[in-house]
Amino acid sequence: MRTRDFLNLTGSSLIAHRLRSFLTALGIAVGIAAVVLLTSIGEGVHQFVLSEFTQFGTTLVSINPGKTTTHGGNVGGFGTERPLTIEDAEALQRLPFARAVVPLVQGNAEVEADNRRRRTNVYGAGPQWPEAYRMQVKSGRFLPDDDPVAPRAFAVLGSKLRQELFGDRSPLGQRITIGGSRYRVIGVMESKGTVLGFDLDDTVYIPAARALSLFNKDTLFQIDLMYRQGTPVDTVVEGIKSLLEARHGRDDFTITTQQQMLDVLGSVLDVLTFAVGAIGGISLLVGGIGIVTIMTIAINERTNEIGLLRALGAKQSQVLGLFLGEAIVLAAFGGLAGLVLGVGIAELLHLALPALPVHTPLLYVALAEAIAVVIGLAAGVLPARRAALLDPVEALRSE
Amino acid sequence: MIQLTGIHRDFQVGDQTVHALDDVTLTIDSGEYISIMGPSGSGKSTLLNLLGLLDKPSSGSYRLNGQDVTALSDIQQAQVRNREIGFVFQMFHLVPRLTAAENVELPLILAGEAPEQRKSRVTRALADLGLSDRSHHKPDQLSGGQRQRVAIARATVTEPNVLLADEPTGNLDHKSGQDVIRILEELNQRGITLIMVTHDPEMGQRARRQLHMMDGRLDIDQLNQTDSAGDGTA
Ligand SMILES: Nc1ncnc2c1ncn2[C@@H]1O[C@H](COP(=O)(O)OP(=O)(O)O)[C@@H](O)[C@H]1O
Ligand SMILES: [Mg+2]
Repeated sequence: MRTRDFLNLTGSSLIAHRLRSFLTALGIAVGIAAVVLLTSIGEGVHQFVLSEFTQFGTTLVSINPGKTTTHGGNVGGFGTERPLTIEDAEALQRLPFARAVVPLVQGNAEVEADNRRRRTNVYGAGPQWPEAYRMQVKSGRFLPDDDPVAPRAFAVLGSKLRQELFGDRSPLGQRITIGGSRYRVIGVMESKGTVLGFDLDDTVYIPAARALSLFNKDTLFQIDLMYRQGTPVDTVVEGIKSLLEARHGRDDFTITTQQQMLDVLGSVLDVLTFAVGAIGGISLLVGGIGIVTIMTIAINERTNEIGLLRALGAKQSQVLGLFLGEAIVLAAFGGLAGLVLGVGIAELLHLALPALPVHTPLLYVALAEAIAVVIGLAAGVLPARRAALLDPVEALRSE
Repeated sequence: MIQLTGIHRDFQVGDQTVHALDDVTLTIDSGEYISIMGPSGSGKSTLLNLLGLLDKPSSGSYRLNGQDVTALSDIQQAQVRNREIGFVFQMFHLVPRLTAAENVELPLILAGEAPEQRKSRVTRALADLGLSDRSHHKPDQLSGGQRQRVAIARATVTEPNVLLADEPTGNLDHKSGQDVIRILEELNQRGITLIMVTHDPEMGQRARRQLHMMDGRLDIDQLNQTDSAGDGTA
């Protein structure tokens, strides 16, 4: 049989039962729309989170004190590990691949200027912070390249903190008090907004050594190292490892590369997208059962026709193909409608709620349509097989 | 052309075996006009289905043009049905959603024939049966006689050698029945082998060769003495 005739015959019987065909296809459409919509949201969230992470670049490595196991438990809780010090950061700075090294101490403190006060994030950092975190200074300058052990008492304000403390006045050169010690404001950062829940604008930056004494700590919270583009990440990790092991006499620190974090995050998010898609898949399954039901009914109603086709010289495979074709066409059209529906709703949702990240990759669209066709095939195969195996004489005799 | 030897066809109904065909031996030559008569349940339809390769004998041999067709595969049997055999049924069996022309086209479509060729053959078949002005009508817009003529057009559009008709006038009024018989006889005169089941003795007696069945057996096989076939008298 010719493809065109095959399609005509298939189409004619679907059109003869318009309403029924429409409703059956609708079942698949709803399923595909659900899959497309949910995976679009899943993928949107995925991309959103990843872009939040990668805005700092992917050549960052962070070093934390203590050895964490792969499950995140800290096994250095016996007081045996050495602190991560500003001297360690100094030494790391001399590694050939190090482009920027930032010692980091983090905490909360009360900041006071004139008679305004505010509790805020305090970052003890190094002069290379803006480079490592791709942040811009809006006015004045960032912390200078002082003696890291005994830096001058300078502070740089985040844009929100500056607004809270000084309003429209220029804060440059003004004196503020942080946790009881006096600092001079030398710069204000460009607004950066919230990154993964941290408001980087409600922040004050002071030299790491001063933050250590402010919070009364002997170890840095973390050292961030930005390596030169093109250096293999293994070289970086090995370089840091051998240097710190030599200094500490043991492996009592944890190195996390941005790439590792992205990989872990990526796979977690993939599972999320998949799980959400699978929920949509349940409605697809229901749609598939609809096709099985309708095809079974159709074959019961058209038993006579099947007998006739056999008498006119149809092979079993042709009968099989015709009914399978009907199931596939139903599913494929339903799938197409579902794609339009799903993408449409996703876009509308995006318009209505711009905060909700939505993204429909073309691959998913193609995949969803392929799934629809496969569902048609799977749902059609049993009824169609039954049709093909009918005894022609019986079929012709049936009422 | 057709050679049946020792054909049995048994049906298992519960724990009883029904002998629908019981040792039937029959030879039919090309171009014959045969009627099969007999009481209801005597095995006439079973014999016709078997001749049309819609059914298989439980035992015995069936040779068509010298070839043992019971040994053919499903695909080969389908081909034989498509090319060599035309069926006309009591219930017409037209596909309700297709027009008259599309119904007639079906066997050609199944054979994979090219659309241009199909079109002219369908037009000719419909014209031969006086249905040219009905070609775009659906079956439910046609009278019983017209439906059966569409069915005959469909059975003959592939120019088969054998036309099998199972009570073709059973659902028709007398006049339409007469028309249909006349058409079938014309086809026979043009060379087709016509094998027709009927329980109407008036119709059956028009055939040149008359078979009679009883309880699955072929009990009478006689030639028509008066040979009135085709002249419309009975
Ligand atoms: N599929 C079947 N299953 C069981 N019995 C059948 C079947 N087909 C036919 N028969 C039986 O075989 C016998 C012959 O049937 P059939 O050929 O239809 O008779 P006719 O056409 O002469 O009226 C009947 O007794 C009928 O009941
Ligand atoms: Mg019968």
